[in-house]
This record gives sequence, C-alpha cells and structure tokens, in this order.
Amino acid sequence: MKQYLSVLKRVFTRDAAADRVVPPTGITARLTLFSAGAMAFLAVFALALSLAAGRLADRWGEDLARSSTIRISAPVDQLPAQTAAALRVLEETPGIASVRALDAEEQRALLEPWFGPDLPVETLPIPQLIEVVEADVGLDAEGLRLRLSAEVPGAVLDDHTRWRRPMIAAASRLRLMGWVCILLLVGAVAAMITLAANAALAANARVISVLRLVGATDDYIADAFVRRFTLRALTGAGLGTLAGLLAIMALPGVGETGGILTGLGFQGWHWILPLLVPPLAAGVAFLATQIAARRVLTELA
Amino acid sequence: MKPFLCSGTTRRFGASREREYILIELENVAYSYGGGELFSDISLTLSRGSFHFLTGPSGAGKTTFLKLCYGALVPTAGRVGLFGTDLHGMSRDDVAHCRRRIGVVHQDCQFLDHLPVAENVALPLTVSGQDKPTELVNLKELMSWVGITSRAGALPPELSGGERQRVALARALIMSPDVILADEPTGNVDWEMSQRLMRLLIELNRMGKTVVIATHDLGLIRATKAHVQSRVLRISDRRMHLAGADL
Repeated sequence: MKQYLSVLKRVFTRDAAADRVVPPTGITARLTLFSAGAMAFLAVFALALSLAAGRLADRWGEDLARSSTIRISAPVDQLPAQTAAALRVLEETPGIASVRALDAEEQRALLEPWFGPDLPVETLPIPQLIEVVEADVGLDAEGLRLRLSAEVPGAVLDDHTRWRRPMIAAASRLRLMGWVCILLLVGAVAAMITLAANAALAANARVISVLRLVGATDDYIADAFVRRFTLRALTGAGLGTLAGLLAIMALPGVGETGGILTGLGFQGWHWILPLLVPPLAAGVAFLATQIAARRVLTELA
Repeated sequence: MKPFLCSGTTRRFGASREREYILIELENVAYSYGGGELFSDISLTLSRGSFHFLTGPSGAGKTTFLKLCYGALVPTAGRVGLFGTDLHGMSRDDVAHCRRRIGVVHQDCQFLDHLPVAENVALPLTVSGQDKPTELVNLKELMSWVGITSRAGALPPELSGGERQRVALARALIMSPDVILADEPTGNVDWEMSQRLMRLLIELNRMGKTVVIATHDLGLIRATKAHVQSRVLRISDRRMHLAGADL
C-alpha cells in the first residue's frame, strides 16, 4: 500500500519534461477519454438505479409490513353495519395502533388511475376498505381472521405479505443488479485501459529501448505511461460523471406517484457517491497501466 | 598524452583502488544466439583512460560485444563485471544506473524522433532527474563542441548522417560518462567527417575517458593510431585476438 502511495505521488509530481519523452498519441488518447467517459456515465446511472431500488425495497419493507387492509364485500344496505362491526372487532384486538375506514373520496382516488376522475363510487357496489396500522408488538393475523369470519362474514383481511415479499425481492434484486453493473463497468474500464496501455507500450517499443539505453529506470518509463492513462481516465470519467449527473437531474419528476423509474436519482448524502466514480476510474487505470507496463518492461533488455 | 593507467602509477594503489581503474571486465564470456555460438572465451578488461578499437568482419559480433559491455545482453557463459559489480547479480535498476556512466553511440543512433535535437541530447539528464538549469550551460557547450548548435531545434529525421552521429555522440557525453562505447560511429559519414569525429573521441580519451570504438574501417584505425595510444581487438573465428602492429 505504502509502495503504491509513493508511486502515486511520483506519478502526479513528475515535471512536464518527463511527460514529453513518450510521443503524444491523438487517437488512443481520445478513445481512452471517450471510453472512460461513457463508462462513468453508465456507472452513474447504475449507481442511481441501485440506490433507488434500495430505497424502494426499504420503503416497501417498512411501510407495508406495518399496515394491512380489510376489505368488506357486502350488499350495499348491509355495508355500513358490517363496517361498524369490523371496526368494533378491530378496536378490541391487541397489537393494533390505529384503524380507519376509507371514505368515498379516498376510494375514488384509489380507483382513479383505472377508471378516470369523477367516478360515482357511491352508486357502485364496490367494497369498503379499512386501513389497519399495526403497533410495534405485532398483530395476530390468523386470530383476527377467525374473529372477523365469525362476526363480519363479508370481511377479508389482507396483510400484504402475499405481494409484498416478491416486490421486496424484486427491488432487492434490482439493487444487486445495479451493483453488479458497477462491478462490470469497473472490470470493463480495467480491460479497456489494459488494452490501450498495451497498445501504447507496443507502439512505443523503440522509445522505450532508447530510454533504457540512456539509463532510464523501469519506474521512470512506467510512470510516463501510467501518468498518461491515469489522467486520461480521470478526465474522461470526470466528464462522464458530470454528464450523468446532469442527465439524472434533468429526468422528469412525477412527485408523489413516483415509482422505481421516476425515483431514479440521488437523495441526501448519496450525492457524494457519484463523485467517487472519477477517482475510482483513475485508480483502476493506475493499477491496470502499472501492471501492463511492468509486464512489458521486464520482457525487454 | 599518455593515458594515466600505466604500470608505474597503478602499482602504488591497493587492490580496492586498483579495482576503481577497472571499469568493465569480461571473463571467459561466451554468447550464443539461438543454437549458434557467436563467440566464446573472451576475456577483456577496460581500464580507465584506455582506448580500444574493436574490429572484425561484419556479423562477427562487434555490436553484441558492445551490448555485453553495457548490460543490454547477458552472456550465455562467463562473467561480466560493470564498475566492480557482477552483471548477474544486478537488478534492472542497477543496470539503468550503470548506463548513466556509459555513453553509447549506437550504430543507428536511436533518437526520439518527436523531440528536437537539444532535448534528445539532454535525454540522459531528463531520465535521471538531473535536467536542472545549470546543466543547460553544459548542454550548450557540448553542442557547440560537437558543432550542432545551429541544429538544436531540428528534429532528428531532418539531420544529415554526420549530424546524426555528432548528436548521438553529444548525447553519449552529456552525463560525463566514464566509458564511451561507439558502434560504427563513422559508418554513414564521409572521410572528413569521420576524421572530425575521431578527433573528438581522441580528445575525450585525453580527458581520461575510456573509449571503445567498433569499426570495420581499417583505414580509420590506421589514421587514428598515430594520434592516440590504442589497442586493436579483432573478433574472428569466434575468438577475440589482440591485433599486432602490422595492422
């Protein structure tokens, strides 16, 4: 580690004259810059995806675990009575923090995405919904189901576990995929830089032999290449990250109704994470070029 | 002037002091390329201030021999010592540091074609981290001494054969090396220019530098022998011989 730190210091402090010993290569430089930028751009999105999926999984896990719904399906004239009976049962049940029957306005809001606004819910035989928020001690769902079936025949308890689990699993998997993408991007940057460095080392074999002839150490020669590729990766990734962040900020927000797609972005301290992409790319480029240069140099006289 | 390594002066010093006068040492050295043996059983000591010509038919191994002397090749048998250290035990960095004490004028010069002449001459300083402003004075002096000041800003491919050889010589000298190894330094230049280059090398030898010149040009050796006390080594039949005065 200490050895790498000293190399790192050397890489960034060497004067411009040392830089000139390796001829500039226009196309390789631009391609490296472009590739690093593209990878960084993608990495920012993968990062945003992972973080958003993580937030979603957490939110579903927390909110849904604490709430259940009771649906009362009954003929319209019996509905108020059954609702009152269900509320009475719920009030007597331990482990419930609060209970609330949804009013017509709320039920209309729930149906709006499917039936459009101004649906006359009062005239339709739709079931009454009761929102149940559990207390910390937890709710005995099976016991409650038995009591409800005895006293309120039209009530069905849905504690959300049935569809909550696959949703959380899906969100968690999405988060994992995001991180896998980032790992793959790191690997791709390493591979790309290694290829570019190998090409540069091969193209400059004569320059390297001249430098060895006049007494340059391997460190000196390797640094000339390492510095170049590290700075290129840093610059390219910096530009790519900036573009990625701007693109994410420019994503249209849908506010309250936002789901996984519209929630793509960074919140709070998470904004720091994409800023780590350029140094990470530079670090990967540094290591990849070091390894490539050492391998090529030890094969030379 | 007599080179100062002569029997009378060395004997007074102890063994370690004597070692300082031996810069490059080859002991029973052999070198083979692939299957074929290029030469074998060569022993030679290059002392401070000595002047050697190395001759022989082309392909006899003159360039290979010089490469052994600056550690670019490792002998397949025998031992090479550079400045008192065995080449076998040296790291790549050790070899690099040794090369800063050996100025090599390569047969095909080997410049960095994208850098102007002045920077090519200063390259050994650059790579050893000694490219300080004070050295620039030396650089200017050296370039005027070999007569290439007017071409300081030119790129190597723009130079004539003679200019290239002189730039290569200047680069070999910029670190003020103890040893100068020149491989066919007069290969691509006319007689007058080759005489001029030889005068530079003789002058360097008088300053105490060890000089080894590989050349197949016997006329050049004859013309030079009159001006400097030199030994002529000849590689032929896979052996090194000391050529007599009958050259």
